[in-house]
Amino acid sequence: MTMLTDKPMEKRVDGEGTIASQRGEAVRGHLRNRLLTLMFVVALALLPVLPTPEFWITLGNYIGLYSIVAIGLVLLTGVGGMTSFGQAAFVGLGAYSTAYLTTQFGLSPWVGLVVGLIITVASAYVIGLITMRMSGHYLPLATIAWGLSLFFLFGNLEFLGKYDGLNGIPVLSIAGIELQSGRSMFYLIWLVVLLAVFAMQNLLDSRPGRAIRALKGGGTMAEAMGVNTAWMKVVIFVVAAILACVSGFLYAHLQRAVNPTPFGLNYGIEYLFMAVVGGVGHVWGAVLGAGVLTILKDVLQGVLPKLLGTTGNFEIIVFGVLLVLLLQYARDGIWPCLRRLMPSGPSVTAPAHAAALPVRQKPDAGELILDVRAARKQFGGLVAVNDVSFQVRAGEIIGLIGPNGAASPPRSIW
Amino acid sequence: MDLSIAAILAQDGITSGAIYALLALALVLVFSVTRVIFIPQGEFVAYGALTLAAMQAGHAPQTTWLLLAMGVLTFVYDAAVVLRSPDLRSMAARRLAVLAAKYLLFPVAVHLLVQQYGGQPLPMLVQVAVTPLIVVPLGPMLYRLAYQPLAEASTLVLLIVSVGVHFALVGLGLVMFGAEGSRTNPFSEARFDVGSLSVSGQSLWVVAVSGLLIAALYFFFERTLQGKALRATAVNRLGARLVGIGTTQAGRLSFTLAAALGALCGVLIAPLTTVYYESGFLVGLKGFVGAIVGGLASYPVAALGALLVGLLESYSSFWASAFKEVIVFTLIIPVLLWRSLTSKHVEEEE
Repeated sequence: MTMLTDKPMEKRVDGEGTIASQRGEAVRGHLRNRLLTLMFVVALALLPVLPTPEFWITLGNYIGLYSIVAIGLVLLTGVGGMTSFGQAAFVGLGAYSTAYLTTQFGLSPWVGLVVGLIITVASAYVIGLITMRMSGHYLPLATIAWGLSLFFLFGNLEFLGKYDGLNGIPVLSIAGIELQSGRSMFYLIWLVVLLAVFAMQNLLDSRPGRAIRALKGGGTMAEAMGVNTAWMKVVIFVVAAILACVSGFLYAHLQRAVNPTPFGLNYGIEYLFMAVVGGVGHVWGAVLGAGVLTILKDVLQGVLPKLLGTTGNFEIIVFGVLLVLLLQYARDGIWPCLRRLMPSGPSVTAPAHAAALPVRQKPDAGELILDVRAARKQFGGLVAVNDVSFQVRAGEIIGLIGPNGAASPPRSIW
Repeated sequence: MDLSIAAILAQDGITSGAIYALLALALVLVFSVTRVIFIPQGEFVAYGALTLAAMQAGHAPQTTWLLLAMGVLTFVYDAAVVLRSPDLRSMAARRLAVLAAKYLLFPVAVHLLVQQYGGQPLPMLVQVAVTPLIVVPLGPMLYRLAYQPLAEASTLVLLIVSVGVHFALVGLGLVMFGAEGSRTNPFSEARFDVGSLSVSGQSLWVVAVSGLLIAALYFFFERTLQGKALRATAVNRLGARLVGIGTTQAGRLSFTLAAALGALCGVLIAPLTTVYYESGFLVGLKGFVGAIVGGLASYPVAALGALLVGLLESYSSFWASAFKEVIVFTLIIPVLLWRSLTSKHVEEEE
């Protein structure tokens, strides 16, 4: 969808300065961005060690969990041009899988993770296959539908504890260390966030990443270049679902209890909202959006009920209005605004020397490479191509000439 | 299940199917004219039902405050446009007077009257007549404030805007009506016995009014200039503009109609089921499933689809009542599959 962002990479066009100085500036900007990232990581690492209030840690944990889901949405929505309101349902699949297996059968949480991933991948694959080839708005509608279905399913299945959910989920332990407290979970959650961020950035800079970026708006062009767009769409849908599932797994072991509420449609919408607020075309925008929204929600939940004199989730009014205003006035979200303050060149420059891609095996001369049987094209009653059949072999040049002399360009075969 | 239970279920299904059909028609209308997937449709159902319920419970509905606030906002917005544009400024005084009458005077009048008399026991007919006066103008105002600035954006942006509007309206519904659900008095207490089946008067009302409205809509689209203008806009926006149809006006009209249909559905279902501030969403979505069966383009197929949803819901509530929502919403997936196989994939120009 163009929709939310038009240019993932800002073009910097300025007349003054030579290419060399621009390059120098880009390198400096790049270094500074590296430094900022490093500072962010160090700050994260110190947060649980310092005497930070417990509440901040909890908030930080949630921001991390939401970020993981929102990063998947950046790939899906901001880069791939598709929208899903159903990510919360995948979070639920991850959470319920581990919750059910650990509490009912006493299995290790890691088995729960693997099973959750398998279920998620399988269901995302099926849903993706069914819905991805539909035009624009059918996909988000389908995600709303199965988001709701899964929510009601969680809430009504006897073995998942109905609306009460499941309790007593065991603590995660890694290499003998029990992640009992919120502070220790903080490290695991943010490690996953950072891994997801860097994996996503690398993916987007890679060859498949460029194909994914081409999905948005210009599917036909990408297909002409040999990208299997339908398959690519399914793949990124599955990747986004996997991230959501991992977030759900972490959530279950942080809370040690699950119930259907956080996996409902409202949360699915909020995840999308986070990505849009932060800047849906930017991986760090997802983290920023998750942070801004989680903190804002917390503040509003404190202030609004006092203001209105009753309790209730009134923050959704502000969220809704904010979302509309944001789409009207700043469709790219907050992250690009921050980026403008600290310009830097493209994060990746083409290497000066690169090995040529391997040459694909060419067919032998005379080998059949195209076999057209009874091709027919009709415009209403007018038959433009009337059951044409022909074969093309490697090394041949074939021209097609119509009865009125109209010719299609010769198909040259190499 | 014996025949009498099946008949009762069918009656339930047709009643709710009629409601869903009206909503499906409104959704198809709004989508084809403006490309907006109107998720907040359901909120108009809840607003209509709860506004009526508030008056019957003997207090003035809070919805008039929303009407007032949105009227003022719309006026400010439109007035700013008039004053900023040199073309429009020439007749500024007249234009502003018209705007003030529409967006300030009317809401203020409705607000004062309703706050004064709304809480007093009035004949039911008056209450039913006043409800749309409060709720329906919210439709075009919403279009002006939320959608019109983005009229040229892609379907997906408009969809996300719809979700934002839905959030805001549900939250406002909670503020205005509270978390308690309400139910209104039925239009008629009559019951008719047909064989072993007892048909309630309210069901007959619902089906009759829905049928009448569908007929009226048909007449509107086939016979009136405005209806034809809406159809033309739905077929081709640019073409419609070239022959002098204002697409903005068409959008506003379609939102007015959708709001009216929504409010009416609310009034119709309020006696049948307890309506909460958030109930509209699910009701609207079921209309949606029907609309999608029709590919968001065909009115008769959408209405039939909605009827099917109603019947499916009522029978599945008998067989597996806990899973009726799951069944109804999973129905959408095979429908979408069928749609994707039969309709040609058209990539949206971006």
